[in-house]
Amino acid sequence: MNVLVAVKRVPVTGGRIVLSDDRRAIDTRHLGFTISPHEECAAEEAVRLVEAHGGASTVLTLGPPEAEEQLRDSLAVGIDRAIHIVTDGEEWDPQATAGAIVAALEAERAAGTDYELILFGNESADAANFQIGARVARALRRPFVSGVKALALEDGAAAVRLEQQAGAGRDVYRVALPAVVSVKEGLNLPRYPSVPGRLRAKRKPLETRTPERPAARLALRSLSLPPGSGKQARILGHGAEAAPAVVEVLAELGLL
Amino acid sequence: MDALVLVEHDGGAADEVSLQALSLAAAYADGAVNAVVIGAGADEPAGLGGVATAFVAELDGEAFAPDAWAAALCGLIGRLAPGVVIAAGSDRGNDVMARVAARLDLPLAANCTAAQPTGDGASVTRVRWGGSLLEEASLVGSPALLTTAPHAFAEAPRGGGAAIERFTPALEDGDLLVSVREHVDAGGGGVSLADAAVVVSGGRGVGSAEAFAVVEELAGLLGAAVGCSRAVTMAGWRPHSDQVGQTGTKIAPDLYIPCGISGATQHMAGCKGAKHLLAINGDAAAPIFASADYAVIGDLHEVLPAISEAIRKARQS
Ligand SMILES: Cc1cc2nc3c(=O)[nH]c(=O)nc-3n(C[C@H](O)[C@H](O)[C@H](O)COP(=O)(O)OP(=O)(O)OC[C@H]3O[C@@H](n4cnc5c(N)ncnc54)[C@H](O)[C@@H]3O)c2cc1C
Ligand SMILES: Nc1ncnc2c1ncn2[C@@H]1O[C@H](COP(=O)(O)O)[C@@H](O)[C@H]1O
Repeated sequence: MNVLVAVKRVPVTGGRIVLSDDRRAIDTRHLGFTISPHEECAAEEAVRLVEAHGGASTVLTLGPPEAEEQLRDSLAVGIDRAIHIVTDGEEWDPQATAGAIVAALEAERAAGTDYELILFGNESADAANFQIGARVARALRRPFVSGVKALALEDGAAAVRLEQQAGAGRDVYRVALPAVVSVKEGLNLPRYPSVPGRLRAKRKPLETRTPERPAARLALRSLSLPPGSGKQARILGHGAEAAPAVVEVLAELGLL
Repeated sequence: MDALVLVEHDGGAADEVSLQALSLAAAYADGAVNAVVIGAGADEPAGLGGVATAFVAELDGEAFAPDAWAAALCGLIGRLAPGVVIAAGSDRGNDVMARVAARLDLPLAANCTAAQPTGDGASVTRVRWGGSLLEEASLVGSPALLTTAPHAFAEAPRGGGAAIERFTPALEDGDLLVSVREHVDAGGGGVSLADAAVVVSGGRGVGSAEAFAVVEELAGLLGAAVGCSRAVTMAGWRPHSDQVGQTGTKIAPDLYIPCGISGATQHMAGCKGAKHLLAINGDAAAPIFASADYAVIGDLHEVLPAISEAIRKARQS
């Protein structure tokens, strides 16, 4: 079966986010980049499905030229090929992003490649629009299930059983393939890329597309940091000798 | 301008997050606020404060079917021509609204903390990075489609008085293909992380799966749930169901005790709801202390056993 995974390049922010001077982006000068943990799980699932059932896996991103790094990362954990929709670095809004992904999928189909399963993260790590998967599924007229934490093929790989967290339990869905699914971290434990994996990734095929960016209908104007906690921690002590002060705090909070 | 709100409910009683969506609707729209109510127990929607008419969708079967819910909303949008459509930014609210946005090819702003109408749509503030960053954005289109970030708005009063109108949504072929077939309850016992009054978490600083014994010991004494950071789940020391954070569980305990956790923004996104935070970390400059009420600086392998011991002593005397 053919499986496609969509991933988005985002900065790894540490303990504190710093904004750029124009306040329209995060200052990434000192940061590394990654993809959402949800998307890492989607990539891992694609690799496992192809290992178990044959076919091929593809990773797709829409992002600046540097986003090739995230595509190579996915190739290094076992994805077979990559599609890069190259942008000028401006963030595309959800409708534009979904539209470009759909156009890429239509070009793939015209060239003879169709995907039984298209995997998204439940939400992107940075923008968290919670919608690209639903938009792509609608355009393709395929069933879509969001927030999936367990996935198993059924009926000789003609259908898929999906579990979604619901309160403390799980809701179960069954849909026929082809389908579109967005997943959450916890679906699996993604492998780390190996050194041979990294070397192989350099030679795996990567195709690029460069569509025009349509006007945004959800247009970012500026970013801001929410007000800080304003907290000034009370230091209860150093090492084991802090224990009595901790017990006092527990007593104050009625937890003893 | 009227508003239409998707109200999620438990057997007819509106969820808190939906009451928050209703309160944004009342502030946003100068006309009527109407509600859509779907699913088991929807025939008797209760306590929809400030709602003019509650439209009760009659669908085949009571299982959650997100495309059918989206079809119900789209039908009402066509009929009532609201200027804004709002749902709670819950799993289901965001899911259904994304489908509505896709069907109508309209923009959707998810997880808003503020919104006002403009000439051609809406001006919104929305949450990014799990709440670590806020975005001001312009939405162009009508109706404006919005979901509300949990706990960003006060709840609308639970008052009554809504007129009730039943309707049968027009469905497309395939709108019932995606539906909940079965619900599996959580495996027994233990304190659930999301609802625990006290959570003790361990991070990379714990060092190994076995070394979590000191975290578990303190959690046991306090009747607390055990949590962890993503560094820990990635190392395979704890299951992902224990992970606190942006891509893990969001917790809101009375007391949160992170041990050997640095305080990355993505971890903090999961514990903003904690009333008190007592951090234990060997590095006095760790970012976690900037969000802490109480700080213990030291090696958790010495500090935690000492605290557990002191609790036992205090309880004996
Ligand atoms: C999109 C995205 C989503 C993410 N989602 C999550 C999430 O949901 N949850 C999450 O936790 N992370 C998440 N992360 C990862 C996050 O960025 C951090 O990498 C992670 O939280 C670090 O875990 P840590 O604090 O345990 O490890 P570290 O950052 O390595 O910190 C370890 C800390 O332990 C202290 N320490 C070491 N030894 C001891 C000792 N013996 N005694 C006391 N202190 C000690 C050190 O001083 C240090 O502060 C996400 C990242 C991204 C990019
Ligand atoms: N620029 C992008 N390139 C590729 N996939 C994306 C992009 N943005 C979002 N996605 C995919 O859509 C999912 C949901 O994103 P969002 O709707 O922004 O929350 C992400 O987890 C990705 O799988």
